[in-house]
Amino acid sequence: MAKVTLKLGELTCPSCLTKIEQGLKQTDGVESVKVLFNAGKVKADYDASVTTPEALADVITGLGYEVKSTKAVEA
Amino acid sequence: MKLQQFIAKHSQHILYGTAGFTAIGLLFDYAFHIEIIGLIALIIASIIGVFPIAVKAISALRYKIVSIELLVTIAVIGAFAIQEFHESAIVTFLFLLGDYLEKKTLAKTRQSIKDLTAMAPTTAQVKQADGTVATVDVDDLDKGDIVLTHVGDQIPVDGHITSGQGYVNEAAITGESELVAKKAGDSVYSGTILEDGDLTITTDQVGDMTTFGKIIELVEEAQDSKSSAEKFIDRFAKYYTPAVLVLGILTYIITRDLNLAITLLVLGCPGALVIGAPVSNVAGIGNGAKNGILIKGGEVTAQMSKVDTMVFDKTGTLTVGKPEVATVAYFNGQTPDDLSAYLTKVQEIEQNSNHPLAKAVVTYLKAQGVPADQEAAPQVTTIKGRGLYSEDEDLLIGNLALMTDHNVQISAADKAKVEAIQHQGRSIVAVAAAGALQVVFGISDVLRPNVKATLSSLRQAGVKRLVMLTGDNEQSAQAMAQGLGFDEIHAQLLPNEKLDWLEKYQQQGLHVAFVGDGINDSPALAKADVGVAMGSGTDVAIETADLTLMNSKFESLYKAYVLSRKTNANTTENIVIALAVVALLLSGLLFGLVDMATGMFVHEASILVVIFNAMRLLRMHQRSAVNKENHQVIYEK
Repeated sequence: MAKVTLKLGELTCPSCLTKIEQGLKQTDGVESVKVLFNAGKVKADYDASVTTPEALADVITGLGYEVKSTKAVEA
Repeated sequence: MKLQQFIAKHSQHILYGTAGFTAIGLLFDYAFHIEIIGLIALIIASIIGVFPIAVKAISALRYKIVSIELLVTIAVIGAFAIQEFHESAIVTFLFLLGDYLEKKTLAKTRQSIKDLTAMAPTTAQVKQADGTVATVDVDDLDKGDIVLTHVGDQIPVDGHITSGQGYVNEAAITGESELVAKKAGDSVYSGTILEDGDLTITTDQVGDMTTFGKIIELVEEAQDSKSSAEKFIDRFAKYYTPAVLVLGILTYIITRDLNLAITLLVLGCPGALVIGAPVSNVAGIGNGAKNGILIKGGEVTAQMSKVDTMVFDKTGTLTVGKPEVATVAYFNGQTPDDLSAYLTKVQEIEQNSNHPLAKAVVTYLKAQGVPADQEAAPQVTTIKGRGLYSEDEDLLIGNLALMTDHNVQISAADKAKVEAIQHQGRSIVAVAAAGALQVVFGISDVLRPNVKATLSSLRQAGVKRLVMLTGDNEQSAQAMAQGLGFDEIHAQLLPNEKLDWLEKYQQQGLHVAFVGDGINDSPALAKADVGVAMGSGTDVAIETADLTLMNSKFESLYKAYVLSRKTNANTTENIVIALAVVALLLSGLLFGLVDMATGMFVHEASILVVIFNAMRLLRMHQRSAVNKENHQVIYEK
């Protein structure tokens, strides 16, 4: 299992948080998601054989949020 | 979805557009009395304004979330249906304005953590295998890399100095901007700034694994970790918003009064309720982080503000934790020379121990020029809370309890000699060989500055019981604590006995904070309602404790206590304000005093009120600095 940290643009509405969380959880290969509302970051555990950090970034972009950087840690 | 990004990018333009057309509309309507132009302008304003709100509402709905935006969208559509264009324009404008101001002010409350992250280094000067120096991104660094830093540089890694010396500003880690002198062999931390000198550093940790990286991660997570009150509000809000929607629909079905129904939707928005509690925590935790106080989340501030009993470890917490040998007593009329063989053995055994007292003994013996093999690691048996025993050498090193356990005979005169040392507030390391007492080292540790003043400030602030728990002997504990104002002192405790005391207090219904130095106190830190670590940046301290005083300054404890209480009170205030506003608006509606536009105005104003209220927490530093001066006065008296 691998971990990824995505840095997003500023989040201002608490409902964005739920949207991003739900959106990623519904993506194949994502095991757990944590959205840090105040820091504007998303931390996710995912199965590297099923999905990629880039694919997860695309999901968030698709929801209408800016992804500033993606940092993956293979474990 | 490109549409949302477009909206996000142009949110300010949309706001201006809505504002402009609303103004034109109202002007033509009321000032020039050309109602048709006024009407058209208001319709345009409403449509521009409601567009981004509706898009957000729909995208939230796709994930089955009934959002505030949905309530507003329905209300605006309803206003269109009954041709209340004034109301629809003003409501959308106020909502967008509120959103914009919320974003701006929210950013202010998050500023502390932003300032912290901005201190994170980005590049490093790394010495390459061929002797040249290259600029490397910090993410590409590895352990063992040789990093060069010059005056004014930010230290990019956690590491130790291999050559050079200088003065470092460690504010990023400790919150204190006093310069710290560093020389070869010393540790340096990522994020700190080299103010003077040149350093060559061997990398030990990089990126997220550095102390600074961990602090940032911790603060980021802390700001989002919710107290039970917040979790309750969250659950409440989750059902509240749909409930308002249902209530609005029911109102329309029963009364057939669309105006009343949509007004209800606008008034029922839970904005201040959702934002109120988290914004207090963000501001409070952010303030702490900037001042070297790491608070792990909203629950910690809630627990800390309930604390009525504070339990302190002695060594390393109340004292500096760098003990020195102050007295040495020899027995049986022997001189140091007679004992040199034993002293060599003592040094060879003690140099393998991490115990602060053992370190003090080794430092002393080295300074006395006692010869020893620095590689030697004799076989010993450690006896917990007592000391140790070397079977090969028939040597006992430890406290008096160890001597008694092993039937070492101590004459009344010798006993008096040892007790005299203890009464001076010194800890004892006794050495017995061949069943007889040979040497006793009296070790003293310096009290941290401002302990007395801080304890009395804490008591004034509401802590009812102050307790000292120590593994040290009774006499030295009593001597050390004299005049500090402790209610209880319990000495000669094993680590698990400290836990028993904590449990006892908790069973009495007391809310207990344990203050320790974080390394050997981990179980107690975890057991207490709030574990406070005097951390000098050690990983263990940061991970186990609920609250860490990064600068290891005792007076920060008072600041942490007051900050926690203020933050907690602030959270409560915000929840009360939010609930009061909703109650006020709904009762206003019942008596027909509130229309949709005023409702929206009050609602948005209440959001700003809670944010401004939280921002008061950001300014708390100055006020407690004044307190610190008072401290000084009390202390010197």
